[in-house]
Amino acid sequence: MERFFLAVSILLGLFVFLCLYRVVFGPGIFNRLVGASVIGTKTLTILVLIGFIYGRIDMFVDISLVYALLNFIVTIAVAKYFQRKGAI
Amino acid sequence: MEIVAILLLCAGTFFYLTGTVGLLRFPDFYSRMHATGKSDTLGTLLSLLGLALYAGFSFTGVKILFIAVFVFLTSPTATHALLRAAFDSKVPPWTKDGRSLRDQETRKK
Repeated sequence: MERFFLAVSILLGLFVFLCLYRVVFGPGIFNRLVGASVIGTKTLTILVLIGFIYGRIDMFVDISLVYALLNFIVTIAVAKYFQRKGAI
Repeated sequence: MEIVAILLLCAGTFFYLTGTVGLLRFPDFYSRMHATGKSDTLGTLLSLLGLALYAGFSFTGVKILFIAVFVFLTSPTATHALLRAAFDSKVPPWTKDGRSLRDQETRKK
């Protein structure tokens, strides 16, 4: 079962690199923001999978929870900031 | 129970793949949000449900389910806030004939 978890997390890491294209080359600030938000959501799943692989899920689930909170707050804050300021 | 967890993880990974392809291939910002906002939420929900089933009924499994419920509530909220910020700062939507929809002012403040 750990090998399956390892394969899934490597596949999700590949998806993260594909989304990184949109963060680096995306036209405008909002495309970059979408890419960063998607990468944060995928990282949350990868953290829980890493916890199962290492056998220390009781520690990694807290890290994943904090990551979910932080991703949400960062997206809301930056969206509000650029809504007031206007796109560059 | 492990077979159900494997099936749910495979379904979640499929939805992640769909969201990534949509993010890379769609023509403008709004359709990219349309692709990623829904499929990422569903992929996270299915993956974390499978992992919670694998963890069993314990404190850790309940915590993983709590993360799933939290993502299910917050990810559409973040998508909506981002989309409204982009629309208010006049990011042009993609149209078929290339003309801009900006003259029509579809949303009054």
